[in-house]
Amino acid sequence: MTPPQRQRREPAVPEPATPQEGEGKVKNPERMYVVAGPDGERAELDLVTLIVARATDPPPSASPEQAAVLRLCAAPLSVAELSAYLHLPFSAMGVLLTELLTAELVKARAPIVRQARTDRSLLEAVMNGLQRL
Amino acid sequence: MDFKGSDTIPGPRAEDQLPHTAQAAAKIVIVGGFGVGKTTMVGSVSEITPLTTEETMTQAGIGVDDNFGSASKTATTVAMDFGRISITDELVLYLFGTPGQQRFWFLWNGLFEGALGAVVLVDTRRLEVSFDVMGRLEERGVPFVVAINSFPDAPRYPIEELRTALDLSPDIPIMECDARRRASSRDVLMTLMRFLHSLAMTGSLT
Ligand SMILES: Nc1nc2c(ncn2[C@@H]2O[C@H](COP(=O)(O)OP(=O)(O)O)[C@@H](O)[C@H]2O)c(=O)[nH]1
Ligand SMILES: [Mg+2]
Repeated sequence: MTPPQRQRREPAVPEPATPQEGEGKVKNPERMYVVAGPDGERAELDLVTLIVARATDPPPSASPEQAAVLRLCAAPLSVAELSAYLHLPFSAMGVLLTELLTAELVKARAPIVRQARTDRSLLEAVMNGLQRL
Repeated sequence: MDFKGSDTIPGPRAEDQLPHTAQAAAKIVIVGGFGVGKTTMVGSVSEITPLTTEETMTQAGIGVDDNFGSASKTATTVAMDFGRISITDELVLYLFGTPGQQRFWFLWNGLFEGALGAVVLVDTRRLEVSFDVMGRLEERGVPFVVAINSFPDAPRYPIEELRTALDLSPDIPIMECDARRRASSRDVLMTLMRFLHSLAMTGSLT
């Protein structure tokens, strides 16, 4: 019996940035939560951005959802885990966290993302960690 | 939204909390058709009981440029299982098992963009189910390895025959695994990491 045959595809040529990008049109719904970091740089919330509460006692003005996030983030927790524990879709989590980041009630620790040249020492650390599993 | 008081939300168990030293996390994605063993693989290596995150999105065929969540569109909820491995006190690895069906493709923008790489799980009873997934990873330049999950009643092909059938370039690792076994799933992840490492050496990663 012969297995079915696939044909490999080539990397798509990246589309040139359109001039109106970022003006109202959301090109990538998952990445629309852009938050400003301490020195004004912009960071996007990823599923594996780690969130930590700056203080676990919620201010009186905090909504129940906000208070829940602050309580859960006494220790660092990924956006994905928050979404799971709170039963909130990822995009709703983004809205909630953007409020908390803006109010400086939580801190976000940016994820390690794939790069043209992924840091080899990072990959080596991951391999060492897996070895211990 | 029906949201109860914050005290009623169970969070991570004490032993599932990350240390305060956790500085950053990376992710790996496990893709494949329905029932191929994605959740099983996540569960076999995860230090926490796998959790589920979900996203509400509009039906495929609309295009990503449509306003997200426009009232007239049909909303679909896509669930993803994920697990976690603490690599060091500072570094955490997350594994996402994501549905590979084409109609969920726009879930992928945020998921695959930053992923270090992907594992494509393949069931030889339905080899063609994985074709589209691999093509999309290639188009996006996401490095991947192929793991053949060996089900008892599945046709067995020599690995090189599968490599040819899947039209894999010679450098892409392909291996058999049993997703139910931690050691086997860990070997798959190791193979992916070694592959990423070799790409980082040659600098050929797009
Ligand atoms: N024999 C065998 N069965 C497996 C393997 N991996 C998963 N299964 C079984 O296949 C079924 C579907 O697995 P699941 O992880 O839920 O698939 P998913 O839909 O890709 O998440 C479950 O009953 C698993 O126990 C494997 O490597 N070998
Ligand atoms: Mg599953």
